[in-house]
Amino acid sequence: MRIVVDLNKCQGYAQCAFLAPDVFTMHGEEALLYDPRAADEHRDAVARAAAACPVQAITVEGLHQGAPAEPEQVLTGAPWEPRDGR
Amino acid sequence: MAADYVDWLRREGRIVIVGASLAGLRAAETLREEGFTGSLTLIGDEPYEPYDRPPLSKSVLLGKASPEHTELPRRRELDAEWRLGVPAAGLDLTGKRVLLADGEEVDYDRLLIATGVRARPWPVPEEAELDGVFVLRTRDDATALTEKLRAGARRVVVIGAGFAGSEVASACREMGLEVTVAERAGAPLVGALGGVIGAVAAELHLENGVDLRTRVTVTALEGDAMGRVRAVHLSDESVVEADVVVVSLGSMRNTEWLSGSGLGAGPRGIASDAGCRAFDFRGIVTDDVFVAGDVARSPHALFGYQFLSLEHWGNAVAQAETAAHNMICPASDRRPHMWMPAFWSSQFGVNIKSVGVPPMGDELMIIQGSTAERRFVGVYGFKGRVVAAVTFDNARWLEYCQRQIEQGAPFPVEYPTVDRRPEGRQPVAADFPDPSLPTHGPTVTLSGYSPADRRLVFTPGHH
Repeated sequence: MRIVVDLNKCQGYAQCAFLAPDVFTMHGEEALLYDPRAADEHRDAVARAAAACPVQAITVEGLHQGAPAEPEQVLTGAPWEPRDGR
Repeated sequence: MAADYVDWLRREGRIVIVGASLAGLRAAETLREEGFTGSLTLIGDEPYEPYDRPPLSKSVLLGKASPEHTELPRRRELDAEWRLGVPAAGLDLTGKRVLLADGEEVDYDRLLIATGVRARPWPVPEEAELDGVFVLRTRDDATALTEKLRAGARRVVVIGAGFAGSEVASACREMGLEVTVAERAGAPLVGALGGVIGAVAAELHLENGVDLRTRVTVTALEGDAMGRVRAVHLSDESVVEADVVVVSLGSMRNTEWLSGSGLGAGPRGIASDAGCRAFDFRGIVTDDVFVAGDVARSPHALFGYQFLSLEHWGNAVAQAETAAHNMICPASDRRPHMWMPAFWSSQFGVNIKSVGVPPMGDELMIIQGSTAERRFVGVYGFKGRVVAAVTFDNARWLEYCQRQIEQGAPFPVEYPTVDRRPEGRQPVAADFPDPSLPTHGPTVTLSGYSPADRRLVFTPGHH
């Protein structure tokens, strides 16, 4: 799986670090560290983490098993609407 | 006629994107998302598919991620031709052709330039080539640096205490390595956040065991007989023995390949209108050349129409989306790039975030928390307006601050400090360095002129 977190959006709620602790960890009070290429064994946990993010900052490619080489599944907060800049 | 052209372009035109990193990828995705069905070519100088750079100085150095595996997730299929590992070498604006370094040419109907920036190298080539001297910008840089650090280093010297340099110093300390940081200004981060916040950053360095040397420059890197770096000489005549040196002196915009093309491109980037259309050297907007990301410089209505260059991750995404949209829509549907500048950094376990343009501010108020606790919200003011905010471990306030900036809220702020700390009641000088003095550049570059200012100066390109 490929993961990117929009850390401009992230507000440190730490839901991801709770739900997928092998992939997302808090560094200090508020800063998030994550593995951008999480192993497949964490797929379910990452799916839960991405869904639970209160600000929908987590984008994942390859969330479904047996995915084709080209990405098919993206979880993100409405990427085609105007973004933070408005 | 124009509508016919846009219809044709969307259906079977050729769009070329030079630059295959974050901005190039997000632009390509947006083109397809918005219905572009013609041919799409992405040209990139690195041999890798688009990858994310912010983790390289954080997760990767801390061993939480591999430098080879920060590839960006794709939002959709692209159906694109990738020309990776070959830099663009020239542009023929009249013939609508990109020239590649391997001699090939790629024709386009519309072009997007997203060539970004590269790390500013150590200025003395023989010293820069010493074994143990690194910059950190690319995946290859990160691979080489992490290998060296893991192999065991005695002391790391970081030259330059901007965000990248401070993050490297932080990660090295966390790895248990001895670290010296040499900074020309009086404190870390002063170019981006000013001296008041810089003083807080300096305390973070010192508390975490960094040997922080400020108001010094590095005069020479000394190698041993084997060509390995051995020591760093400072302007105060001290010498620091080191086996790893990380040069963190900011970045240079990748515009050399455009010299002679007639485009308005130079060391400060490529100027464009608010719709991402590039200017030629006469200041006349081009029809078919668009720019996005770190290499672009465009006027922002919220900040006095100044031309802003933003080396920010979020800017690359937002500007790429706007540029791609404008490339394939009728003129009446174009939209301006009006992204609110925002960035983050994490260092020494503290989450530092900002919105707006701090270097534009001349005064600062701490409206929440306390600098002494390293947990606060600071608001920058300029000419009676809120223009920016910074938080240390207080990110949830930023959205509110962003609204204040967007609404042109008055400064000094009228609401009382929420938790009523003494330092929040009065604005203080934000203490940015005199812009005429050499220091590391801020991540936001303010340049250009207001519409009321009719000067125009031509500066020949020197990199």
